[in-house]
Amino acid sequence: MAVTAQDLSRTGSGPVRSERDDHELASIFTAYTVSATFWLLFATAIGLLLAFKFGAPDFWAAKYLTFGRLRPIHTNDTFYGFASLALVGAAYYVAARSCGTRLYSTKLAWIGLWLFNLAAIAGTIALDLGYNWGDLEYREWPWPIRVVFLAALLVTAWNLIATVARRSSEDIYLSNWYIVAGVLWTIVIATVGVLPWYQYGLGQVAISGYYMHNAVGMWFTPLALGLFYYAIPKVLNRPIYSYALGVLAFWTNLLFYPLLGGHHFLFSPLPWWLQTTAIVFSVAMLVPVWAGSANFLLTMRGRYHGRIESYPLAFLFVAVICYLVGSTQGTVEAFRSLQAIWHFTSFTVGHSHLTMYGFVAFAAWGAVYALLPLATGKNPGRLGMAVHFWLALVGVSIYVIALSIGGTVQGLDWVHKVPFIQSVVDMEPYYLWRGVGGILMFLSHIAFAWNVWRMTAGTPGDAASPIMDPSVGKEVIEREVVA
Amino acid sequence: MKPMLAIFGGALAIYVVIVLLIAVGPAIDLSRTPAGPDVQPLTQLQAEGREVFAGNGCGYCHTQQVRPIPEDQVFGRPSAPGDFTYQTPELLGSERTGPDLTNVGNTKPSDVWQYIHLYDPRAVVPESIMPNFKFLFRVVDKAPPGETAVPVPAQFAPARGVVIPTQQAKALVAYLLSLKQTPIPGYSMNGGMGGMTSAAPSPSAPASSAPAAAGAYSYDAGKGEALFTANCSACHQTTGEGIPGAFPPLKGNAAVDNDDPTLHIHTVLHGAHGVTIGGVKYTSVMPPFAGQLSDADIADIVNYERSSWGNHSKHVTTADVAAVRAKGK
Ligand code: HEC
Ligand code: HEC
Repeated sequence: MAVTAQDLSRTGSGPVRSERDDHELASIFTAYTVSATFWLLFATAIGLLLAFKFGAPDFWAAKYLTFGRLRPIHTNDTFYGFASLALVGAAYYVAARSCGTRLYSTKLAWIGLWLFNLAAIAGTIALDLGYNWGDLEYREWPWPIRVVFLAALLVTAWNLIATVARRSSEDIYLSNWYIVAGVLWTIVIATVGVLPWYQYGLGQVAISGYYMHNAVGMWFTPLALGLFYYAIPKVLNRPIYSYALGVLAFWTNLLFYPLLGGHHFLFSPLPWWLQTTAIVFSVAMLVPVWAGSANFLLTMRGRYHGRIESYPLAFLFVAVICYLVGSTQGTVEAFRSLQAIWHFTSFTVGHSHLTMYGFVAFAAWGAVYALLPLATGKNPGRLGMAVHFWLALVGVSIYVIALSIGGTVQGLDWVHKVPFIQSVVDMEPYYLWRGVGGILMFLSHIAFAWNVWRMTAGTPGDAASPIMDPSVGKEVIEREVVA
Repeated sequence: MKPMLAIFGGALAIYVVIVLLIAVGPAIDLSRTPAGPDVQPLTQLQAEGREVFAGNGCGYCHTQQVRPIPEDQVFGRPSAPGDFTYQTPELLGSERTGPDLTNVGNTKPSDVWQYIHLYDPRAVVPESIMPNFKFLFRVVDKAPPGETAVPVPAQFAPARGVVIPTQQAKALVAYLLSLKQTPIPGYSMNGGMGGMTSAAPSPSAPASSAPAAAGAYSYDAGKGEALFTANCSACHQTTGEGIPGAFPPLKGNAAVDNDDPTLHIHTVLHGAHGVTIGGVKYTSVMPPFAGQLSDADIADIVNYERSSWGNHSKHVTTADVAAVRAKGK
């Protein structure tokens, strides 16, 4: 196992950095995080309203509040407003620190922030006015708006690459592999999604299958993993368990993930070989997922009792577990026999919340709690983080369990060929529980906003530094090594 | 600079190659899929309606793809590549909070039903959780010339005035009614709930399966009720009382509560349009079920209607249905 203490020790120190650079990096990180927090509150308030509408379909059914216009606003704003901004903000910090240098351009980072926000605002307005590009998931925004998003990505890629280029050592720390490659891949995804020439009829279906899964797995996943590789060792004050395993996961993720998008269209009229390829590579994905998760969990070994002492670590731990469970579930879901039951049911909605919320959102929060205090020098309160953590964890658990059971009931109803409306009636209690989970999740976001306030403009709270005392749990490791 | 080029350049190049192979290449090919037999481009009004459909996010609750697995037979024959030639942007969807709509123009061909349902889904399907689309309608004191008021049941109608569809609603309904699967030789047009066990005869070969099944038939009340709920109650209601002015009651209906089942069976097989029932002339369309339901299924439904809501008339057998089917329209 290549011990990477030297990689880690390099982070946080470097030749070309001044106090002013630190200050600017902190303000960029802060601005992205604050912006992301706004989108989180807005998009999940919409989500809560949507959940409520399942029980009260006539509630606020007017034109601009109708279910079908708000739903894509919820998904796009959580994706491109909240998650993207939160991850990119933290990624800038990680890139600069792990390269021991300052950010290439503060100005470009600001321009990127404005472009991301412009796209999300314009997209929200367009969808609410009924300009929806065909209910194609995660690319509903009219194409000019998606071009603005693409411009934001280009600016971000430029800035990150130029930052890595001026790093203080020859090697590139693994976090930057994931972060920079993630942005580059997403530029490809966004371009393929916009160009029209091959998107007619069934051709567009092939692109939809590719797009919706790659937007998740080649954008959010690599960014979140890149943050893991920096934040987890940082918080634990200990190097990553295996650098080599991380490299393996990187290349296998690249080779396997792009091929599995077609599993969203199993049994569709898409060519059978395309669907079968998707299933095969959904299974192959177990390699990078297990390699990555094992690496993170082994890095945390011996520190499990420290998790609750450190909320940043607790968030990161949940994120790793959801990455493992959610991705494995995705593999299982891809089998044709199980797809026949779960496809088109609410089970899928549960799955996407396990991954996008349990994994991606928790990873973003973990990174913010681990790193933002280091940038701004202000810690949040312990109670604030505890409230956020527990409400979010209990909330998303209720959410996912309810829809997993409900989706199974729904799918079995269809298999048994009872009249369709019976499946609608049977879902009622599960929709209700989903709403209960959603309320807790939303409340947790208010706590998060409060914590962000204290880490930035407000008065700091009482939490200790996110960096843990390295001696905690040391004996356990020593025992392990001896045994 | 070297490791950067190797890692980032390599990762980008590999990804581009994979994307061209797995997404763009197949998409170029599939974009050229020729239209299936009888698949028509949308008219301008239907295309406008399709935009209303996408813009209001109907596609988040409704799929438009029928899979080649037994549970999907209720929605029609499996979707074929040629079905989608004129469907851009695609609306295949990923969630079935509501039923698949691929063939809804055949199963709910009545514009009146579509209007009432859009105005308030609970007026026709009490358990529905579909949102109402009242914003696609106007309420006026009196229907202007050339416009027909939607016969919304009193309990769901506005306190004053009548309900008129807007241009958007008209376009949307034109689009919904255009959603009709075209028959493809070799693909069976199974439907209803019995599609799985007994292959329904295709419309072109009506009488094929009848005699064999005739002897074995016995009325299954549970199945009759389920089939009625799945196929008929949206219009005739679970109470059998229909919707005044739009869908006739089957309770005490002269064709149903009548020992001669010919008209009853004939209506279910071939649908009806413009019939006067109990002194009321119905202008909305009753869909034909000959292509979707087997003789045994139809016998079960018919018998369910003949023995519910106070109706007491002689039960029919599969052979009776087959005989009416054999005579044709
Ligand atoms: C929140 C989810 C939801 C949305 C959004 C929605 N529907 Fe529905 N839809 C349902 C449900 C549930 C049913 C089944 C109950 C019923 O018939 O009302 C249904 C039934 C239907 C049916 C009857 C299908 C059949 O075979 O009986 C049609 C037609 C329909 N919807 C059209 C639309 C249109 C058009 C829109 C957009 C303007 C729309 N729906 C939006 C949930 C939804
Ligand atoms: C889309 C709405 C709709 C559906 C679904 C529907 N019907 Fe009808 N039905 C009508 C209408 C409208 C009439 C009146 C005939 C006309 O259109 O003139 C009618 C008439 C009838 C009649 C009376 C014929 C007469 O002359 O008195 C019977 C019997 C009947 N339907 C049975 C059924 C059965 C059985 C089913 C399910 C397999 C069914 N209907 C499904 C709309 C519907």
